[in-house]
Amino acid sequence: MENLVWIFVSALLINNFVLAYFLGLCSFFGVTTKIDTAIRLGVANTFVMIITALSVYALNKWVLFYAPYLQMICFIVVIASAVQFVEMAIKKLSPALFKALGIYLPLITTNCAILAIALFTTNKGYGLIEGLVYAIGAGLGVTLAYVLLAGIREESRLTYIPKLIQGTAINMIIAGILSMAFMGFAGLFSAN
Amino acid sequence: MSQENKSRAMEEFTKGLWKENQIFVTILGMCPSLAVTNSVINGLAMGIATTCVLILSNLLISLCRNIIPNQVRITAFIVIIATLVQVIDFMMAALVPGVHKELGAFIALIVVNCIILGRAESFAAKNPPWLSVLDGAGMGLGFTFALTVIGVIREILGNGSIFNISLFGPKFEPWVIMILPPGGFITLGFLLLGFSWYAQRKINKLQQKEK
Repeated sequence: MENLVWIFVSALLINNFVLAYFLGLCSFFGVTTKIDTAIRLGVANTFVMIITALSVYALNKWVLFYAPYLQMICFIVVIASAVQFVEMAIKKLSPALFKALGIYLPLITTNCAILAIALFTTNKGYGLIEGLVYAIGAGLGVTLAYVLLAGIREESRLTYIPKLIQGTAINMIIAGILSMAFMGFAGLFSAN
Repeated sequence: MSQENKSRAMEEFTKGLWKENQIFVTILGMCPSLAVTNSVINGLAMGIATTCVLILSNLLISLCRNIIPNQVRITAFIVIIATLVQVIDFMMAALVPGVHKELGAFIALIVVNCIILGRAESFAAKNPPWLSVLDGAGMGLGFTFALTVIGVIREILGNGSIFNISLFGPKFEPWVIMILPPGGFITLGFLLLGFSWYAQRKINKLQQKEK
């Protein structure tokens, strides 16, 4: 149990996918202009991550065990299908949310954070439950990072920023400072 | 090859190096460029691996561009790229096991590098193979160059060394934050700031000339 808590907190804060592993940066800088979209995208990401973690467990157990050289192709096909599946499900269950997410949904396929979930759970040898907890933690961590940056960007629109540094440059530096703050979480579990 | 063709080829090759540098200008492929550039060697290795994948994927996709139906092209591209990355992954594990271990999962993550899919979709799917190869080589070298620049800055500041050779002697107090994750963001932020300053200066000079 303690192990599961550790996996969760580690994926959520200490090894935050965006701010410590630099994963999912394209959407991080591309779409985090509003808190609202950031939350939606984060949740959709988390959902795909959970499905991926489950499928990867099954793949590792029954397919890749016999044919390790198929790893990359299997993973990418699983992710693409998972995104397609989520897209269809959301379209059926809640057309309003589907409309709000728009182009961000298919873009999840090329989000490195998702493929990283597949690779890391394999490399670390996580079982079903551990992989699931890891995916949820990482997904929420990604959502947290998106929301934080979106919030800062919303505020920063109200202040004066020199013309030269506007755009990606200032976002990078904000992300760097956020990442520095997240480094503080590294001390969380060092007591034991 | 006629003169016109030659200059066209030259242009396709050089545009990726500077004018359309994928990292500094179009801000694509951020994940690997920040994650592995804590030392020059890692950045260089990542750049070379990506260049190989980029050249080969551009070649293959360009060759197949008339066979692949339009509706499933993205899926087909991704499968081609994934196959190539798997090959490079195995090759690096055999040839340079040390670097391969250090880069870890990031070699595999070349699959989702936006640059590769971006070039496939916007260039290789529309142009003949030899131009696509040149485009891939140019973009790849530009990417390698950018990674090396970031790697040099971070390694010098964060470790006081370059290619693991100490520069300043034992008295140097390393700026450790630069080789940790925040350093990556901040280095690239300031590099982009520098480029936009340079571009602005050029525009100003042009305007002064016109007056």
